[in-house]
Amino acid sequence: MTASRHRQRRGRRPPPPRSRPQRRRVGLLQGLRGWFEQHRETAHDTLAGLLARPLATGMTVAAIAIALALPAALYLLLTNLEQIGGEWERSAAVSLFLAPEVDEARAAEIAARLRQRADISTVELISRDQGLAEFRAYSGLGGALDQLGGNPLPVVLALYPSAQAQSPAALARLVAALEALPEGDFARLDAQWAQRFRAIVQLLRQAALLLGAMLSLAVLLVIGNTIRLEIENRRTEITIMDLVGATGAFVRRPFLYSGAWYGLLGGVLAWLLVALAGWLLQAPAARLAQLYQSELRIQGLDLQASALLLGGSALLGIVGSWIAVGRHLSQVEPS
Amino acid sequence: MIQFDHVTKRYPERGDALKDLSLRLTAGEMAFLTGHSGAGKSTLLKLIGLIERPTRGQVLVNGRNLGSLPRRLIPYHRREIGMIFQDHRLLPDRTVFDNVALPLVAAGMPRRDIARRVRAALDQVGLLRLERARPLALSSGEQQRVGIARAVVGRPPIILADEPTGNLDPDLSREIFTLFERFHEVGVSLLIATHNLELVEEMSYRTLRLHAGRLVADSGGW
Repeated sequence: MTASRHRQRRGRRPPPPRSRPQRRRVGLLQGLRGWFEQHRETAHDTLAGLLARPLATGMTVAAIAIALALPAALYLLLTNLEQIGGEWERSAAVSLFLAPEVDEARAAEIAARLRQRADISTVELISRDQGLAEFRAYSGLGGALDQLGGNPLPVVLALYPSAQAQSPAALARLVAALEALPEGDFARLDAQWAQRFRAIVQLLRQAALLLGAMLSLAVLLVIGNTIRLEIENRRTEITIMDLVGATGAFVRRPFLYSGAWYGLLGGVLAWLLVALAGWLLQAPAARLAQLYQSELRIQGLDLQASALLLGGSALLGIVGSWIAVGRHLSQVEPS
Repeated sequence: MIQFDHVTKRYPERGDALKDLSLRLTAGEMAFLTGHSGAGKSTLLKLIGLIERPTRGQVLVNGRNLGSLPRRLIPYHRREIGMIFQDHRLLPDRTVFDNVALPLVAAGMPRRDIARRVRAALDQVGLLRLERARPLALSSGEQQRVGIARAVVGRPPIILADEPTGNLDPDLSREIFTLFERFHEVGVSLLIATHNLELVEEMSYRTLRLHAGRLVADSGGW
């Protein structure tokens, strides 16, 4: 210390007594700037700290990612299954095969009559030629048809039940009524198994939610435990922070950021895992879809689901570390 | 500045560390706290820094009753007290600069202002050239001066030192005490717990002697 500096400081007097410690020794604006700076630095430093030990961080992140990828993949599977189910439900709910002797003009009359019914919303007429063309295109039996000479197919009416007639009982009544028509040959209920399929998907959706909740809890525990170990490792540092007047919030902050980073990194890895799985299944799914004459393509996680996965994982990280911090930091207070 | 009224501190495992102790230090006063190990010196300092709370009695610091200070205000109280420890309590994985900056960072001061204050504090203890070093690369005397720089960087009105020269040879100890004297000259209150009686006598400041938790001798003050 130089003599001149020493003299400069000589004039300083201790501040007057206060009944309470001053909360701020800096101005509001300065304090706010410091606060943002601290958060930015903490976010940066904690991420740098995690990346500085890639092995330990990698293992934790991988555990989180697997736990998150499982429900995310199941969600994706269900979304795709629902899409298939939806496609089936949209395709003719009831196919009414008319008797062979009914011609197309007569069929159109029947269709017009059926449109009047309350339990039917639309009726599509599939002519013999249309039916033949479709059969030729999809069945692979075109050669056999050529040998037959004429067109053996009947006219088909594709009926879509109205909204109030979707229940199994109403559909059964509809089928019975259609088969009672003198011109009707037989009616096939396409929607029935689509509905069963939907019920199964809904059951699976409940299971997925349950699984998601359980695995989220696992993520919470993984992050909580990791943060607890970190707190133990930095006990000395925390004590010193305490002694120099760091607030609880200041001491907690790096741990909360670490937790958030763990969660977010785990979420990103889970997203990549799901995307990879989707990409690997794309070709086989396309082949399968082709066999079922479907335009189906595997859908990846959409923007909303991705945001939910990443946001949710970061939130799980914060909550997990908050629990750990709450349990393990309170011990440094005065007795 | 610092006032103890009939303060008793009892630890469940070792009994009374302080017994019905009363004392008063005025603002800007520098005083030594002496006594054998276990006489209660550290406990007394801890009560001032609110690291411990008294079992009975009142501690007033800066006119404020610490007994009624809510928990959330403790950090703000500690910012007005610079604490110096025998074992320095430095963070080995941070540079000297970062160690000294810790109280200011904790107080939420912007980076730019921190650098200025930290360099001023390091300059005061003569360690400006070592700001990039790690504490373990420093000598024991240098480490202690880093600890002192950290204690004064927030410009607290009170400095407490617990055996600051416990591990230092006489020359280094004298250096440290001279440093304390300079802080005293600019109006800071200092309470220094020490075994170094030779230096204490040499410097002729008020001396409080503790024995088994009681104040048995007080050389001055009022």
